[in-house]
Amino acid sequence: METPLTANIKPGRRPPDIKAYRKAGGYRALREAVLKMRPEEVTQTVKDANLKGRGGAGFDAGLKWSFVPMGEEASGPKYVAINADEMEPGTFKDRLLMEGDPHQLIEGAALAAYAIQADVAYIFLRREYHLSARLLRRAIAEAYDSGCLGQGILGSEYSLDMHLHISAGRYMSGEETGMLNAIEGRRANPRAKPPYPQVSGLWGNPTVVNNVETVCNLPHIVNNGADWFRNLSLTAEGGTKIYGASGRVRRPGTWELPMGTPLRELVEEHAGGMQQGYRLRGIIPGGASTEFLTPAHLDVKMDFVSVEAAGSRLGTGTIIVLDDHSCPVGMTLNLEQFFLRESCGWCTPCWGGLQYAVELLTGIEAGAGRMEDLDTLDSLAAMLAPGHTFCALAPGAAEPLGSALRYFREDFERHIRQQRCPWSS
Amino acid sequence: MLSKEEMQEIEVEASRYETRQAAAIDAMRIVQDRRGWVSDEAVLDLAGFLDMSPAELDSVASFYNQIFRRRVGRHVIQVCDSVSCWLMGYEPLRDLLIRMLGAGMGETTADGRFTLLPVVCLGACDRAPVMLIDEDLHTNIDQGQLETILDKYK
Ligand SMILES: Cc1cc2nc3c(=O)[nH]c(=O)nc-3n(C[C@H](O)[C@H](O)[C@H](O)COP(=O)(O)O)c2cc1C
Ligand code: SF4
Ligand code: FES
Repeated sequence: METPLTANIKPGRRPPDIKAYRKAGGYRALREAVLKMRPEEVTQTVKDANLKGRGGAGFDAGLKWSFVPMGEEASGPKYVAINADEMEPGTFKDRLLMEGDPHQLIEGAALAAYAIQADVAYIFLRREYHLSARLLRRAIAEAYDSGCLGQGILGSEYSLDMHLHISAGRYMSGEETGMLNAIEGRRANPRAKPPYPQVSGLWGNPTVVNNVETVCNLPHIVNNGADWFRNLSLTAEGGTKIYGASGRVRRPGTWELPMGTPLRELVEEHAGGMQQGYRLRGIIPGGASTEFLTPAHLDVKMDFVSVEAAGSRLGTGTIIVLDDHSCPVGMTLNLEQFFLRESCGWCTPCWGGLQYAVELLTGIEAGAGRMEDLDTLDSLAAMLAPGHTFCALAPGAAEPLGSALRYFREDFERHIRQQRCPWSS
Repeated sequence: MLSKEEMQEIEVEASRYETRQAAAIDAMRIVQDRRGWVSDEAVLDLAGFLDMSPAELDSVASFYNQIFRRRVGRHVIQVCDSVSCWLMGYEPLRDLLIRMLGAGMGETTADGRFTLLPVVCLGACDRAPVMLIDEDLHTNIDQGQLETILDKYK
């Protein structure tokens, strides 16, 4: 089984410096692209590879780039912003890629930039990732020193500047348009779409936002071709995926596996099953803003289309495992408290709805709930769902709430009947 | 007053963007890295330096949780309170920390040694429970280790 994304990543060892990275074939794809490929060819190859964005929404990467004005139509600078904000609770995959192989990210970002003919690329890194910051800073400097960034990259006519931007917190900073505001030195409130960032992003100029894992795939696609990439996967969506598991499993961690690996294989094989004495109750497949799945869903293939068909979303692909010693109401409350704290307060349904939901969940968990509260929570989940708010934070909050009410109804009702949390001692 | 070094560092950041304002967040980080926090006086100085109004800069500062607009202790402890750490028992750990330090969430110890803050998922959920002290990530924390961990931060 091929694992291109983690080939250079050795646990407990320092990541390759530019010499080691180049020795392992690094920056060959960038050289090939800037010297021998037209930007449109890079985009077409990535389209053919069927690379879905790994930031959570699964938007086709090549298609996103194709909305950027090219050639004569393009006036003024263009930008790439790499989303390294990784704040979705339960997600820990971009950290692995940045700490394990920073040059792979830089080469990938440079390839995305070349495809849209960007002048500047920013890596938007969350403040708490101090080790990633140190490693990326050094790697960017090495890349400049050896001509992989800057004026006339690798002897070509293409020039690119790359900067590391250290964020100052808040989940909204990872939302595509919130991030644009954050880079411009404003509050990370979302912007109205359209216009889409690909046409009018940073300072009104065309900008592509891509996730870390998305662009880390690019050197391998350029080196080995679209067919090779599609064949890495078990399903129609190309490539491998960095999956992960947290919670009471025997071996929590991250694994690079073929896209479409069944959920059961993740839980039972790679994560080693549940810890002694714990039973599986539920799974959040891809970060806090994806719907719960249950043990009945273990055969779902973990790609964007299949998880959606099962009623949830692949999201970031790092699963959170709920065990039978943990209270589903308490877990839902923890998730909704997160969304409430991070809501920017712009839309009433989001902020007001979340505040009310947290209040009701707190009451139920504390033993003061009433059966009507469950209907109210159902309608709050419907109100937070897509279509009522300015950005995707509220719909994200609706996913665990609505699905918890559906799959763990009996547990909610037991709290209310017994006027206490059955899990509290 | 901004120091010469601070101004130089901010200028480097400002050169990376199309506008001076874009360096606002970097500028506050640069000041915070040196002084621990961003005082009212620092906001005034930075606003002038970046051609922004102080109110505008302050509204940016107050949006972001990693910009400290109040004085913090010599060391900042950020305890992850998100879902995987919740599943792995961060709550008893947090309660023990509060008892050991005699300071609650959002507070600073009387001797000014530690400030205790909650933080969103630190992206190390497979090693929960997790906390960040200054720039060091502590993972798989066992209650029995807390004292040894804290001892390293004087
Ligand atoms: C509230 C919110 C937070 C988000 N945070 C992140 C994040 O931390 N990292 C990320 O890559 N995408 C995040 N996204 C998704 C981005 O908006 C965007 O879709 C993504 O970065 C695009 O990259 P991709 O097409 O390569 O997946 C977030 C979305 C929302 C609504
Ligand atoms: S949905 Fe929530 S986070 Fe998004 S803009 Fe509205 S209030 Fe802000
Ligand atoms: S939930 Fe604590 S590190 Fe992710």
